[in-house]
Amino acid sequence: MQMPEPSAAILARKARIIERLRGALPADAVIDAPEEVRAYECDALTAYRCPPLAAVLPRSTAEVSAVLRICHEEGVPVVPRGSGTSLAGGALPTADSVILGVARMTAVLETDYDNRFIRVQAGRTNLAVTGAVEPEGFFYAPDPSSQLACAIAGNVAMNSGGAHCLKYGVTTNNLLGVTMVLMDGTVVDLGGPWAEPAGLDLLGVVCGSEGQLGVVTEATLRILPKPEGARPVLIGFDANEVAGACVSDIIKAGILPVAIEFMDRPCIRATEAFAKAGYPDCEALLIVEVEGSPAEIDEQLARIRDIALRHDPVEFREAENEDQARRIWLGRKSAFGAMGQINDYMCLDGTIPVSSLPHVLRRIGEMSRDVGLDVANVFHAGDGNMHPLILFDANKPGDLEKCEALGAEILKLCVEVGGCLTGEHGVGVEKRDLMEVQFAPDDMEAQLRVKDVFDPKWLLNPAKVFPLHVTAGRRAA
Amino acid sequence: MRPATEAELADILKGANAPLAVCGGGTRAIGALSGAAVQTGGLAGVRLYEPGALTLVAGAGTRLAEVEAALAAEGQRLPFEPPDLRALLGRGGESTIGGVVAANESGPRRVQAGACRDALIGVRFVDGTGAVVRNGGRVMKNVTGYDLVKLMAGSRGTLGVLTEVSFKVQAIPEAEATLLAEGLAPEAALAAMRAALNSPFEVSGAAHLEAAAAGGASRSLIRIEGMAGSVAYRLDRLREIVGPWAAVEGEASAALWRGVRDVAPFAGRPGAVWRLALRPTSALGPVAALQAAGLDHAAIWDWAGGRLWLCVTGASDGGAAVIRAGLDGHATLIRPEPGMAAVPVFPPEPAPVAGLTRALRARFDPRGILNPGLMG
Repeated sequence: MQMPEPSAAILARKARIIERLRGALPADAVIDAPEEVRAYECDALTAYRCPPLAAVLPRSTAEVSAVLRICHEEGVPVVPRGSGTSLAGGALPTADSVILGVARMTAVLETDYDNRFIRVQAGRTNLAVTGAVEPEGFFYAPDPSSQLACAIAGNVAMNSGGAHCLKYGVTTNNLLGVTMVLMDGTVVDLGGPWAEPAGLDLLGVVCGSEGQLGVVTEATLRILPKPEGARPVLIGFDANEVAGACVSDIIKAGILPVAIEFMDRPCIRATEAFAKAGYPDCEALLIVEVEGSPAEIDEQLARIRDIALRHDPVEFREAENEDQARRIWLGRKSAFGAMGQINDYMCLDGTIPVSSLPHVLRRIGEMSRDVGLDVANVFHAGDGNMHPLILFDANKPGDLEKCEALGAEILKLCVEVGGCLTGEHGVGVEKRDLMEVQFAPDDMEAQLRVKDVFDPKWLLNPAKVFPLHVTAGRRAA
Repeated sequence: MRPATEAELADILKGANAPLAVCGGGTRAIGALSGAAVQTGGLAGVRLYEPGALTLVAGAGTRLAEVEAALAAEGQRLPFEPPDLRALLGRGGESTIGGVVAANESGPRRVQAGACRDALIGVRFVDGTGAVVRNGGRVMKNVTGYDLVKLMAGSRGTLGVLTEVSFKVQAIPEAEATLLAEGLAPEAALAAMRAALNSPFEVSGAAHLEAAAAGGASRSLIRIEGMAGSVAYRLDRLREIVGPWAAVEGEASAALWRGVRDVAPFAGRPGAVWRLALRPTSALGPVAALQAAGLDHAAIWDWAGGRLWLCVTGASDGGAAVIRAGLDGHATLIRPEPGMAAVPVFPPEPAPVAGLTRALRARFDPRGILNPGLMG
């Protein structure tokens, strides 16, 4: 992974920069001791690490603005950080950068049930947003699997999804407004509690911009009344193609499950050994969850059963009570932990058209055998968001490189069949150098222009999203 | 000019040295367009449709009616219920799907299914320099690079000319029904709608037409859609919340919502027509202000008060000053009243946001040839 050379001039001015930051923030909000900044050297993509120049932990929009104004004047790159759960290296520092962490900004600012929104400081965790409105029977829909830890700031930066976005959409569909600080310290409000933007949809382009356009300090989020109930079914098949056809038929029939999850045999075996959820030993397994009143759930599941039975499943298991429902989800929810038990793994999240599913799974199988690394697949089948887990041994020289090369080939395959490099994790540094697989120069240029407008000096979250050679001229300017 | 291909369009834009009026079918354009017209009608046709993946890709100039017919043949539809504003605006012609996207037009179902921009998953466009740009694609989940798809939705041709659009579509539910109450005051109607939307019963429409707009008693409408058994169940449960409203089903229900969607009560009615985006609990404010100012008006609330349509008669500025003063939201002038003074069609933006918007336009359209001045 190539990162830009840190600026010697900035490193040389470290003392002055720290002093200015300390002048603007409370004493405990500026961290520069080498042993302490080490806590910020990486996010959940732990293969890449680099301690930053300093880390700051402001408590308000005004403090964020002060930090950015100073860094802008000093020409210091800033890497915004939510909870540091990015799987793509979205919060990886450079040695000459200041980490701007929003972890201390966790307050609920406004809860408005009549207008169905909550306004929070962006460091609040995803699950704590739901936690704040749950007593009144509401929830915040996007539910990335890291929701216990991940911050709304990171969710907005990466436009995070989750298992239930088939019905409820991803972050951008549930984000009503943000307060954001531009790199020069200017505070802007985009969107708001009203439904439509007044002019250009700047909020729409900020969401998913990986912290490169501004630092989001507050977010207004749509909240929804909780459904009356939910119930999953587990359906086993002896071929991936058949499971894929079943997914397509459920969708075509007009049933809108909240989730359709897919696991292939390697994944089923690994999770079964780990979590002992009682899954059938079969080629492919679907977990389909529907919502509503008991009668509405019965009505939907009866139709799903009719469709599934036409595909001759090896198993159709309906949860008859809470415990059985929990067991159906247990294996799926343990999948990543199970993989971690056996091996190091790399998790990709390329998205493909649902119709390409059998072809892509077959090709991944072939590529996996050619390279000699196992790949287990678990993913959101309803929307084609794959999660191939490539297993490797970090202690074995060359294995990580082999794994990364296989990952790149799999993502190229996703693009080749009409999909994309990343469905919910973001590009970060991890997929940065693959962007040209998906985008022609003019496609990328249009995106770079947006960056030029919001951050003319290219100081925010440097060296992410776009290949370095594509941005070199702009970063140097 | 009516290019037949994207390449031809790119050549036109590269060679242009004067403002161009970019439009689709011209059925929903608002504000002043000047210059030679560039129409997208030649960039037509459904290019990919996979009902099993809920995705459709079409040329921007494809007629909306053709897209809707292709979807209906498979029992599917665009989720966001695009309005037909021809009668309201007194226009003829055919809406294009690109025009719907350029205006980010959504109807009553937005409260449940999201806006046009939420269903839009990919675009191709030619920017003001003549470069062809692709963003998003044909898959529902895509966070690769910046989301220019959202930026293009609602940009009204000012950043580029759309050539192709991709959507996430949805199945047409087997049943729909509307709870209907007549004669409610707006306060009571809007409170009932907010309560309905705060229930788990998945309301897909919540509108209130003032007596002056309903032609007789006021009408309050709450819609639900889904499987037949579920619709029946939710009708009962919602009545426990809002009271013993009447139920209208099937085509009669659909006709009610077409009326709301297309703002039918204001078609042919004299006056300036405004569209407001509001915090639902502030939705009565503009109407009270018009009353206090003694301005003749009619009101239709959609999205449980999140959207307000106003038809204001006889005000020299169409009611702009009264409506926009201290508004908790923003107001767009959809149809001026003949003879009224010129007022900004689009709501003015706060300085830093306006600065960003201006700078983006200057980057995407450096020569200022694409619908210049339209949005400010």
